[in-house]
Amino acid sequence: MKKGDLLSFLIFILLIILLPVISGSTYTITVGIFSGINALVAIGLCILMGYAGQVSLGQAGFYGIGAYISSILSVHAGLPIVISVICAMIVAAVAAMILAVPALRLKGHYLAVATLGFGEIIYIILNEWGPGGPSGFGDIPHFGLLGYTIGSTTGYFYLIWGLVAVVMLFSINLINSGTGRALRAIHDSDMACNAMGLNVTALKIKVFILSAVYASLAGSLYAHYVTFISPSSFSLFYSILVLMMVIVGGITNLWGAVIGAVVITVLPELLRRFEELDVLVYGLILTLSLMFFRKGIVPILIEKIKKLREFAVAKH
Amino acid sequence: MLTVFLQFLFSGLTVGAVYALVGIGFNITYNATSIINLAQGEFVVIGGLMMWFFAESLKLPFLVSVAFTIISAGIVGLLMERLTIKPLKNPDLLLMIMITIAVSIVLRGILMFAFGKDPYVYPSFTEGEPLSIYGAIIQQQTLWVIGITGFCIILLFFFFKKTMVGKAMLACAVNPTAAKLVGINVSRMVMLSFVLSAVVGAIGGMAITPISLMEYDKGPMLAVKGFCAAIMGGLGTNRGAVIGGFIIGILESMTAGYIHSGLKDAVALIILLLILFFKPAGIFVSKAMHQLRKF
Amino acid sequence: MSFGGLMALRNVSFDVIEGDIKALIGPNGAGKTTLLNIVSGIHQPDKGDVFFLGEKLVNVAPARIARKGISRTFQHVELFGNMTVIENIMVGQYARTRSGFLSSGFKLPFVVKEEREIQRKSEEILEYINLGQRKDEPASNLPIGEQRTLEIGRALATGPRLVLLDEPAAGLNIKETRNLGEIIRKIRDELKITVVLVEHDMDLVMSISDSIIVLNFGEVIAEGTPLEIQKNHEVIVAYLGEEEEIQRGYNAHT
Repeated sequence: MKKGDLLSFLIFILLIILLPVISGSTYTITVGIFSGINALVAIGLCILMGYAGQVSLGQAGFYGIGAYISSILSVHAGLPIVISVICAMIVAAVAAMILAVPALRLKGHYLAVATLGFGEIIYIILNEWGPGGPSGFGDIPHFGLLGYTIGSTTGYFYLIWGLVAVVMLFSINLINSGTGRALRAIHDSDMACNAMGLNVTALKIKVFILSAVYASLAGSLYAHYVTFISPSSFSLFYSILVLMMVIVGGITNLWGAVIGAVVITVLPELLRRFEELDVLVYGLILTLSLMFFRKGIVPILIEKIKKLREFAVAKH
Repeated sequence: MLTVFLQFLFSGLTVGAVYALVGIGFNITYNATSIINLAQGEFVVIGGLMMWFFAESLKLPFLVSVAFTIISAGIVGLLMERLTIKPLKNPDLLLMIMITIAVSIVLRGILMFAFGKDPYVYPSFTEGEPLSIYGAIIQQQTLWVIGITGFCIILLFFFFKKTMVGKAMLACAVNPTAAKLVGINVSRMVMLSFVLSAVVGAIGGMAITPISLMEYDKGPMLAVKGFCAAIMGGLGTNRGAVIGGFIIGILESMTAGYIHSGLKDAVALIILLLILFFKPAGIFVSKAMHQLRKF
Repeated sequence: MSFGGLMALRNVSFDVIEGDIKALIGPNGAGKTTLLNIVSGIHQPDKGDVFFLGEKLVNVAPARIARKGISRTFQHVELFGNMTVIENIMVGQYARTRSGFLSSGFKLPFVVKEEREIQRKSEEILEYINLGQRKDEPASNLPIGEQRTLEIGRALATGPRLVLLDEPAAGLNIKETRNLGEIIRKIRDELKITVVLVEHDMDLVMSISDSIIVLNFGEVIAEGTPLEIQKNHEVIVAYLGEEEEIQRGYNAHT
């Protein structure tokens, strides 16, 4: 790991450990849990869009697959939760592969609409054939491991953010590796990648699967936390929310995805008073950040810090 | 048997006409700018809801309401282009895709704030006995929808073929640099394309609302179906969008009628994916012609 | 090879001897780039075959052809503009590694080892093409001459047996062109890599090539050593047109 990444990672771990200790309020920790769940989806989309340059407006579909499959398996088939979660990830991976093979030949707008269409199809399936139909179903067991159920909010907070840390570590390693470089190369030029002997299609499919697996994991964790799910949590709007997290945080930086996820999750809590306005506020945030802060929070901060440092050096 | 079939057919043609208009809206902006405006569906919603506002809430006369609705949609299109599309400096494709999505959410947010989440409806344009063909009932409004769509198509055809402005807009699409060189104001043409596509969408919304109601969040699905109609005939060709719109409308209403109403949206989506995966150039378009189009 | 009824190449047949620098010249539109595109798999010919080390290359995907040992540069530079100079070279070596998504994410020991190896080799290549100083700059910041050199470096990074260079000297000044000639010669002599280049700069072509093929209107009109080509009547006509040739001939006599 590079020096900067290592430092960020240590600060990150410290924050995770400290937050529940500092803030005793269950409410804050709950918001923290949802931020972490969203962060998992956002990290996946960040790798897919920011690094490999492939658009997806269908992440809600994989998120929904994760939530429904692991809930159904644990409630109806009585499988241990960890097994259900893993099964859901496998289903999401297969779905992603089936979608990716034809879809990733498409570019730009066409890929965006194709993934959007996929997400909507999953949404319709959940509505029509999901247990409970549009009203959803409940009594989903809390997450547990080896007979020990995590019931407390703080426990769940540590579980979620612990997983975010693991996923983040995996993703940072991936991005900084040769494979990560190859992904960024695809973003720049398909033709040159071919001339370098890179299997562009395979790379694209794999990165798509990776983002789907992250989203599925997040969906499962969501379901086993709230214990009640309905299709409305997995609509197109969720895909757009994730898109927003990635853009607001900074599409070219994995930390941006995490910070974006926290910001976009905390935001509606702050805006509770303007309930009628939330869609509008989301829209404005997305529009304005696209127009004026295209780089996103984290890359802009990094630039500012660099400038400050140069300034300090110059002063000496 | 026949009666039921015809009934489904007519309702399919009605919604299909609106999809065709949305598809044409996509084409207009795509042709002038290569942008696929994913806020296209919101224009339809604006048409329906503003018409309700003028005609039902303010109780303005019918034609005045129509005029005001068209003007407001035009203004929305204009503002969208001037405030969000024009200021972008060297946008990449990713940004272009996302900005129109962002605008669609803003529009949806405004509509939700202004109109709430309830569906709206107003009476048909004309009152009168429905027609009956082999027992199948055709509401007068259905005829209005199809008639208005046809009228729009003919008008647009003449606009692009016969008027200077229309030709200039097409020129921008083919080669913006060359268009600029021969003195066409490209920036104005881009703006005009957004205004025009907004108006076309709003007209569809105005016409369909008495039949299928209108609510603030119908936009995305309308956009997806309209896009599906547009690519079926090859993006950019209005004739294709019209045929595509009717095909989707009819298949959708047959599915809803014969199979299950919850699946009607799935049909359009599956068709969309099949076209994108197997014939992204469009079903009615030859490969050679497709290669000539820029992507 | 034909495009929509337009025949771009016809009855073109030639061999490239291992360890040679072979130049493909001819007026614009003669089909030189098309030929490179066929060899590297970007275009599929309607008829005909391409053989490389005894293997047929027709209908093989471009990436696989690259992995078989044919690497190339482009007429319009196709660098990874958002990446640094050294990263461009490093990407070139990725196809030769065993690293995948899981092994990279878990940072398995062999991935770390491969990465270190790639880093070392990339620096070596950069020194070789005199871009060592520019290592950490974004590739898009380089002047065109260095971008072209970098593209050659990236092609070398894939560990090729044959490199195809499409107009490597386009946009280069005299000094840069001379350096380029040095590099190409070094590629042949030190690295023992075969080079096929398409080029308009005749001084460069004549000074470095072992043999030359002249294409005109999609057909081979001459083949031979630089000396033979310079004397070839048909070539002179194709390049200069009938009249000027007479003029030149006249000048030569006086």
